[in-house]
Amino acid sequence: MTEATLKADPKGVLTGVHFIDGDHAACEGALAAGCRFVAGYPITPSTEIVERFAARIPKVGGVFIQMEDELAASIAIQGGVWAGHKVMNVTSGPGLSLMMEHLGYAAMTETPCVWVDVQRGGPSTGLPTLPAQADMMQVKWGSHGDYEIIALSPNSPQECFDLMIKAFNLSEEYRCPVFLMMDEVVGHMTERVNIPPADQIEITDRKWTKKKPGEYKAYATTSDDLVPEMVKAGDGYRIHVTGLTHDERGYPAMDVPNQAKLIPRLLNKIRNNTEQLLDVRMDGCDDADVIVMSFGITSRVATAAIEAARAKGLKVGNLRLIICWPFPVKLIQQLAEKVKAFVVPELNMGQMVLEVRRAVEGKVKVISIPHPGGTVHEPETILEQIIEAAR
Amino acid sequence: MSESLDLRLALAETELENPVLPYLRQDRIPHIWCPGCGIGSVVTSFAEAVRRSKLDRDKIAVVSGIGCTGRVAGYVDFDSMHTTHGRAIPVATGLHLANPDLKVVVFSGDGDLTGIGGNHFIHAARRNMNLTVICVNNFTYGMTGGQVTPTTPSGANASTTPYGNYEYPFSLPFLADAAGATYIARWTSLHSRNVTQSIEEALKHKGFSFVEVISPCTTLYLRRNRLGDGVDTLQYYQDNSILKHGADTRETAIDFQGKMLVGKFVERQKPTYLDAVNATCAKLIGDDYQLYGKTPPEKEAEKKAAAKGKKKAAK
Amino acid sequence: MNTEIRFSGFGGQGIIRCALITGKALSLYDDKFATMTQAFGPEARGSACSAQLVVSDEKVLYPYITAPAVLMALSQEAYEKYHGEVIEGGTLIVDADLVKTREEHPGRTLWKVPATRFAEELGNRMFTNLVALGFFAAVTGVVSDAAMKQALPGLVPDRFLKINIKAFEKGYMHGLEVTKLDTAEVPAA
Repeated sequence: MTEATLKADPKGVLTGVHFIDGDHAACEGALAAGCRFVAGYPITPSTEIVERFAARIPKVGGVFIQMEDELAASIAIQGGVWAGHKVMNVTSGPGLSLMMEHLGYAAMTETPCVWVDVQRGGPSTGLPTLPAQADMMQVKWGSHGDYEIIALSPNSPQECFDLMIKAFNLSEEYRCPVFLMMDEVVGHMTERVNIPPADQIEITDRKWTKKKPGEYKAYATTSDDLVPEMVKAGDGYRIHVTGLTHDERGYPAMDVPNQAKLIPRLLNKIRNNTEQLLDVRMDGCDDADVIVMSFGITSRVATAAIEAARAKGLKVGNLRLIICWPFPVKLIQQLAEKVKAFVVPELNMGQMVLEVRRAVEGKVKVISIPHPGGTVHEPETILEQIIEAAR
Repeated sequence: MSESLDLRLALAETELENPVLPYLRQDRIPHIWCPGCGIGSVVTSFAEAVRRSKLDRDKIAVVSGIGCTGRVAGYVDFDSMHTTHGRAIPVATGLHLANPDLKVVVFSGDGDLTGIGGNHFIHAARRNMNLTVICVNNFTYGMTGGQVTPTTPSGANASTTPYGNYEYPFSLPFLADAAGATYIARWTSLHSRNVTQSIEEALKHKGFSFVEVISPCTTLYLRRNRLGDGVDTLQYYQDNSILKHGADTRETAIDFQGKMLVGKFVERQKPTYLDAVNATCAKLIGDDYQLYGKTPPEKEAEKKAAAKGKKKAAK
Repeated sequence: MNTEIRFSGFGGQGIIRCALITGKALSLYDDKFATMTQAFGPEARGSACSAQLVVSDEKVLYPYITAPAVLMALSQEAYEKYHGEVIEGGTLIVDADLVKTREEHPGRTLWKVPATRFAEELGNRMFTNLVALGFFAAVTGVVSDAAMKQALPGLVPDRFLKINIKAFEKGYMHGLEVTKLDTAEVPAA
């Protein structure tokens, strides 16, 4: 990768130790990452993020607008990207459903942007003020056609800050939508958040081209690097951006050869880098009989259950996904050679567990611990399944 | 001798060149529009308006949604975005707010702009967002095969109202006016020079400017309603357009094959969205606030004015 | 070992603020881990208002409270709703004038603090929560008074900082006095 690494702009970095909730921490993460334009639409439990952004941005230098609906918000931000800004899109379940077409637009046009989904119970209006992790498959598959995204899952306000910056950096590196998959608990829970000085925060710059107008082709790539270089409107390149299947110049080219060239590239720029995009926390997995795989808020409850199981003498590994998409298939396959079973608690009726089953191909037992949402698992529930799995 | 020949050749070349060509992506021609369609003449007027306006064309961005008019963004040689159905205005809003130095122009059809995108249209007008919106109104969804739109006159036939349209249509100047647009004009595609002039004024207008151009859809709307060809429609426009600058927009409704008011209906000044953002934040935050989106000369002028004010106060 | 605390009362009493101040004091200045949660939405806007704090020497894993050791109840409704969940050996702190308590809480310590009255004496009942917090800090010892005072800037309006500190100190001193006198009602379990 050739993108430049910079230090954060101190104007957006609220250095210090704070006692704030995940939504506020996420907003500070975005400001630290260089986000200076947000078009938002309020929805519980994500609203505090845009409220804070609206309050902070005049002093940082930038602009916030509350749009008329989620359709407008999720595409206005993409206009902002093509005018040169870093942007984020903030929502929760029902809003996310409305935004799905523009998820595809961002993927197709390779518009770097961060999407924050503070997950609540669904489907439909569901549980506006209570948690779930039930949008995991929607962000991966919800827009029509084939596309790839990256998704990160924080389990504390501190991580809402840290992973937000990582999400921005990845979106610039891969030029794709990157999701920060929060949930109502993480969004609304208040804890200590340490924001480092700006010069300790690394920022990935946009992959600006050095080519001149005339030489530059908006979607030209090489076999080594599947991510095209970028320009912005107003710089004389007269770019054309379209959601139609397009050629290297960005012009509509609706035919089989161009589709066959473009779509695999959009997927492979992520898929070929699954190893680089591996981000997990592993503890005690080497000699484990049972591995508990979890993410987000559930990983905290799972850790409590794992500690209790270890106290009973069981060999339990703790595998936590920081990056959920792309899913670490290879890692799961390697672990499946060694363990008896995987236990997968999640705040949905069984979504990421399907990926685990797909990876292990029936070699070992995979126990799902579903939950319809509204609260978190009881550690005892997970403990029971660990004991069951260890048998 | 040879010099004068070169000159003559150069002159001949100049004369032959279509003045619109430099504003088109010539490698994208031929276009998809049908013979007799009015969109092309609006694009010609737009190109001519840009030329006359002397605006830096590299600071103009063109945004369109989906549909026949939605294809304009792909043919004009500017920074351009061809977006999703109905969402040209939000994208334009994003471009404009993220870089206020850009003059952002939306090209949209009646279905795209006021059907699926109607909410964005009224809200951008309400905010007096500094955008220029050009609507080619042909009373139908052309690209998808002639369905009814929010502007199809009552009684007209469309593929989804095969027994005649029983809905009441929008009058777009009235809608834009009620929502808060600060520049509103309507012409037909026959009125090329007027369209050019209005677009030029719209480009220079500060605030939400809206130019509606009534235009024939020969393949679908005309054929389905047995209204003849493009030339017949231009004749209809000539016979039935009534010029009335400053008309009350409540009188701008269009009946099926009835009379149409054309002209510049509204031109007024009020703070744009960004003006309002800056005024509010400057008042609240004071000297720490950095005006957002002011061009360097504007900022310079404001500084000077402020300094003068202070001096006066000191005296 | 976790200590779970519930602050409760009615909307407008500054209940959420109590949890924020205590959580900030513990996690920023007392070298503890604190996780705060609160009810959101229409439920939270009704008459009963509650905020919860889990305090620990280690990172908090389970975010909600399940067995509170301390309940602060500044309204009758909050007291009725929550007093039953306090664990044995736990502490109940209620507003002396606003809450009519049952006679016995076997195995629990019940403190009655005239927080609203003290606040009115200081000029405004909006300082009730700080009086109660001062009292809470003194009788429970969960958090240091120095940390609490340090946590106040940013969580109370600047122009009311001094008077809020005064309110806190008033509650704190009262708490120290009553613990010295040992006038709490501690019926045998």
